[in-house]
Amino acid sequence: MKQYDGEALSWLLQAGVIELSLHREPGNEIGTLMLRELEDFVAALSNLEREAHALIVYSTVNAGFSAGADLRELYFGAQEVSKSDATRGVRQFLERVHKVMNAIDSSPLTTIAAVHGVTFGGGLELALVCDLIIADKMARFCFPELRLGLIPGFGGIPRLKRDLGNGIVRDLLLTGRSFNATKAQAVGLVSQVAGEGEALRVARSTAAQLGKFDRQTSVAAKKFIKPIPYQELQQEIEIFCRLFQEPAVEAGLRKFVESTDAQPYLP
Amino acid sequence: MRTQDQTLDEILGLAATHFKVPRERLSPDDDFFKTLGIDSLQALDLLTRLEHHFNVELPDYELQGVSDFRTLAGRIQSRL
Repeated sequence: MKQYDGEALSWLLQAGVIELSLHREPGNEIGTLMLRELEDFVAALSNLEREAHALIVYSTVNAGFSAGADLRELYFGAQEVSKSDATRGVRQFLERVHKVMNAIDSSPLTTIAAVHGVTFGGGLELALVCDLIIADKMARFCFPELRLGLIPGFGGIPRLKRDLGNGIVRDLLLTGRSFNATKAQAVGLVSQVAGEGEALRVARSTAAQLGKFDRQTSVAAKKFIKPIPYQELQQEIEIFCRLFQEPAVEAGLRKFVESTDAQPYLP
Repeated sequence: MRTQDQTLDEILGLAATHFKVPRERLSPDDDFFKTLGIDSLQALDLLTRLEHHFNVELPDYELQGVSDFRTLAGRIQSRL
């Protein structure tokens, strides 16, 4: 199969490039539906990789690349079960997410996230597993988890520590502030900034260039320079699950879900 | 360097152009959420455009509770 059209995402293999498009309105929130389709994609990836050299992940949703974890699903799901069952469910969900993220992170393909608009929380974590991030100049990046009493849970901290200086990691994480593509490029998060609406075109152009190189050399280079921080990723799950049991999290999630604030993304 | 009045005027012009609102309908003390009819995502979009236009960084928390153009201009002016 070289093409798939799902409810939350679609993918297409063409001329050695796999394009994975996210299209779950309103903001490509990563909940059970998106995760299930990402798992299906990763399952298909080992076959696709034989005919491809690059993967582009992008969004067709106007709001942006992804607003991150589906907080409404998380909040309402947790209301229906005991605290311990909710924590168990969260752990299972995170372990499934990490499998998907690790599979893309360690793929022999050269992977590109073409992002625009809101690239927050789990959405930023999905972009971070890619080798290159190409950003529309209107893209905005943020780890808002601390305002919910949590830390990022989809592998964001270990990958940020791997890829960026610790100072900017602390800034992003501890202030919860968002910053734009120019800043993101200045700190090394983004490799190229594209004009408005141009990130996918630039990503395609980059993917075409990657196809000119010897595959085995590209694979060896990637393996050498991009280790997967498995131990820290597991630690992240443990910390997230411990924090998830604190009352502050339920209060933070409720505030987000019930908010009529004109600026709910602000801390 | 721009004066605060110049900064305010440029903000009003940028908002009018981007959100397709007649410039004369915008006043410095307007609540921009109401006047422009924008939601939080569009406010983020405006924030990004202002950062690019003025070449400044505007941390979200400095804008918490800010909803009128005049105060917004003051926040930007302090970063110029």
